[in-house]
Amino acid sequence: MSGSLTFNSSTAAFLGGVRSAFMSVFFLVLAGTYVGLGALAHDFGLSVFWLTLSTLLVWAAPAQVILISGIGTGAALIEVALAITLSAIRLFPMVVALLPLVRTRDTRLRDLILPTHFTSVSMWVESLRVLPMLAPERRAAFCNGLSVGYMGAAIGFGFVGYYLAAGLPPLLAATLLFLTPLSFLISTARNARMMMDRLALGLGLGLGALLTVMNVQFDLMWAGIGGGTLAYVIHRVREAAT
Amino acid sequence: MSAALIDLWPYLILVTVGFLPNEIWRVLGLVLARGLNEDSQVVMWSRAIATATLAGVIAKLLLFSNGSLAAIPLGVRLGAAAIGFVVFLLAKRSVFAGVAVGEMALLAGGFLFAR
Repeated sequence: MSGSLTFNSSTAAFLGGVRSAFMSVFFLVLAGTYVGLGALAHDFGLSVFWLTLSTLLVWAAPAQVILISGIGTGAALIEVALAITLSAIRLFPMVVALLPLVRTRDTRLRDLILPTHFTSVSMWVESLRVLPMLAPERRAAFCNGLSVGYMGAAIGFGFVGYYLAAGLPPLLAATLLFLTPLSFLISTARNARMMMDRLALGLGLGLGALLTVMNVQFDLMWAGIGGGTLAYVIHRVREAAT
Repeated sequence: MSAALIDLWPYLILVTVGFLPNEIWRVLGLVLARGLNEDSQVVMWSRAIATATLAGVIAKLLLFSNGSLAAIPLGVRLGAAAIGFVVFLLAKRSVFAGVAVGEMALLAGGFLFAR
């Protein structure tokens, strides 16, 4: 997938982003995830408007699942907030790795606010793949178009799930849920062209599995920091050796 | 509580318990990423941590599935993910091919072995 994509204007880049969103595998992932979230919101008595607003504001499926089931089951709000903030730590390194790709010399801070808020797994994985092929001054517009496409799909499928609710046969519901880990795994592997990224993926899978099975607290945070740092250090040592 | 407050309550929770604890990490990233370029070491390290965290999420979703996916035996879930991954590698790194075959494997395995 080398070569470059050219857009003559920011509008064209934005629309190109929207089109990419609808053609990428994450469109299916969002369908699977948000049909499920819609059904969950319905079952816990939240309105479809509330669900839409939570997609716009939170824009992170794991946090939305925690929030909806937390409200629905009457969990202590401070515990829900803590669980959400722990699940959101992953957004921090994602934003740090993404923004330098989006920014040019002339980019103002306020132009980065939307790409920052839009950062999520699907947008991050797709942006890291596509943005290097674009002229730097078109990247922010493409990124925003991509995210608006994904968010629109998420909101639409939220509606579908809300009104279909529990009507899905269990095996079909299971295949929808399986879309998330399967496509995350495969699309992250596709993006991993450098040895460091492959190491980070492999180590994260191994450590994540180990720490989850051992029931370690904050398992994902440790898998990320440990696996990522180890991959980075190995990459540096190999670079120094050559 | 007044009627208006009861109506607004879920929205108040959405902002304070859902939005703010989640958004703070994005904003921190925005603040820290200022002045860094894409080849800088901090950015490389961040990318490795983000990738490994995502991999951890994948492992957790496969091992401890929830909802209807939990009714599919662990072996079927792991097997279907492995089949999808191998097909992705064989099919010139096509994500769609890998995901489609992995999903079919899960459907077939779930049909045969569901509890």
